[in-house]
Amino acid sequence: MATARRSAFALRDKYAIVGVGTTDYSANSGRTVRSLAIEASANAIADAGLKPADIDGLVSYNFNDSVPAIAVATGLGIPDAGYAVDFLAGGNAANLIVLSAVAAIEAGLADTVVCYRAMNGRSGFRLGGGREMAAAGPTQYTAPFGWITYPQAMAMWCRRYMIKYGLTPEQLGEVAVTFRDNARDNPRAMQRKPLTMADYLASRMIVDPFRLYDICLETDGACAVVVTTAERARDMRQKPVYIMGGAYGGGPNQGDDLFDCIRWPDHAMNYSHYIADDLWRSAGIGPKDIDVAEIYDCFTYSIVMQLEGLGLCGLGEAGAFIQDGNIRRGGKLPVNTHGGLLSEGYIHGFNHVVEAVEQLRGQSGSRQVANAEIALTTAGAMTCGSAMILRK
Amino acid sequence: MSTEAATEAALAKPVPLPDADSAPFWHGCRQDKLMIQRCRSCRSFQFPPSSVCAQCGSDQIEWVQASGKGKVFSWIVVVHPVPKPVYAADVPYVVALVELDEGVRMPTNIVGCDSSAIVADMPVEVVFKRVSEELVLPLFQPAGA
Repeated sequence: MATARRSAFALRDKYAIVGVGTTDYSANSGRTVRSLAIEASANAIADAGLKPADIDGLVSYNFNDSVPAIAVATGLGIPDAGYAVDFLAGGNAANLIVLSAVAAIEAGLADTVVCYRAMNGRSGFRLGGGREMAAAGPTQYTAPFGWITYPQAMAMWCRRYMIKYGLTPEQLGEVAVTFRDNARDNPRAMQRKPLTMADYLASRMIVDPFRLYDICLETDGACAVVVTTAERARDMRQKPVYIMGGAYGGGPNQGDDLFDCIRWPDHAMNYSHYIADDLWRSAGIGPKDIDVAEIYDCFTYSIVMQLEGLGLCGLGEAGAFIQDGNIRRGGKLPVNTHGGLLSEGYIHGFNHVVEAVEQLRGQSGSRQVANAEIALTTAGAMTCGSAMILRK
Repeated sequence: MSTEAATEAALAKPVPLPDADSAPFWHGCRQDKLMIQRCRSCRSFQFPPSSVCAQCGSDQIEWVQASGKGKVFSWIVVVHPVPKPVYAADVPYVVALVELDEGVRMPTNIVGCDSSAIVADMPVEVVFKRVSEELVLPLFQPAGA
């Protein structure tokens, strides 16, 4: 177990998310990534009751499949974009960019910051369809053996969990079925057709142990949030959602890139195990205080490791915890109320932040979790990642 | 580039590009030797190779021939080929992380047995596959096969 940081995240409740915005989520937007990023950001700014001129920072993350933050600032006509920063990163950064916005404001680099992720993830650059076929640097040890895609990477982790603890297809299937049920109440979701356990079990094997429905969607779309100080947040259009705490990191041997897990200590356990202490300490609460959890689900198995890593259930117990219905909307810990990356869409985990904010505002319509006051969001599935605790 | 050449390039499987850290590993494969690093200072074995020892920070690294024996740490069976034209003829194929007797892990393919016969900790041994003049890949098969 990692030693908790000296002061973890020291800004409890001092910052807030005051606006959220999305585009349509589709398989073929017919639009530029730039226009998607601008639309989602403009919607988030309007939701906060602000104008583009009120924004002086923009933060995003990408795999060379987006547009830089300065392009969105330019497109929105923001006159003074100070903290306009891009992280070259994957889903691990989906909460980190919000924490980075907070850090920038605290440091005096900006006052009000838009955080966004925009991608043509299906019609443009398909992250799940294979990386570049180069075998240089870290990929020289993996790609020549036909080990190339992220589903192939995470399936290797999943097998290791199966060896260590046991995990049944029905337990993974319950994740897919639960999230699809949630998506049926979400007008934004790409997949709203009913999915039964029989459908899951009959779906074709992609990379054993993963079937088709263990793997998330590929999506064209964008979403954004606006972050500012709690003090400024009081006067805005929406009720603020406060950032209670957050953490980013991983364990030893995080690898030479986001795919590389050759030296990772234990593939039945991911980054979440290593940031748990910092996360809970920063917010001053524990796993039992969470009313709704939006957990990064690039694959069904990703949920298993994060439930255990963050102490939401015991080590080796996630399969049974899931199978007992605990992650369903009426269960002990409702997870991915929007349908997640598996059924709402893959906006690289940033859509989880939007859903958490809407749940805490009580704006989630027929999928609303009653009396949701504290939400968990997570981002990342392998050796490094981020998480936040939000409250209304 | 001609259309034929472009097609051929698109169908090519990834060919490793050796660098200053890895050249002795790939050179060793061409001589049917599985080479890994060992730190002269703390005696730790290391793979993938690096310019320094990740255990003690020493730059006194030497290359040694590994036993070529190990066990299956984890494995997957690729059923759906990606990219399709490149791997269509190969599926299903097995990618594994093998833990060598020296303690380091190495990605590889398991050959010489049906994928359904693979179990955790199954003993395996290296077998070198000559892909071309320049490229030899270290694959693993059940020990004593």
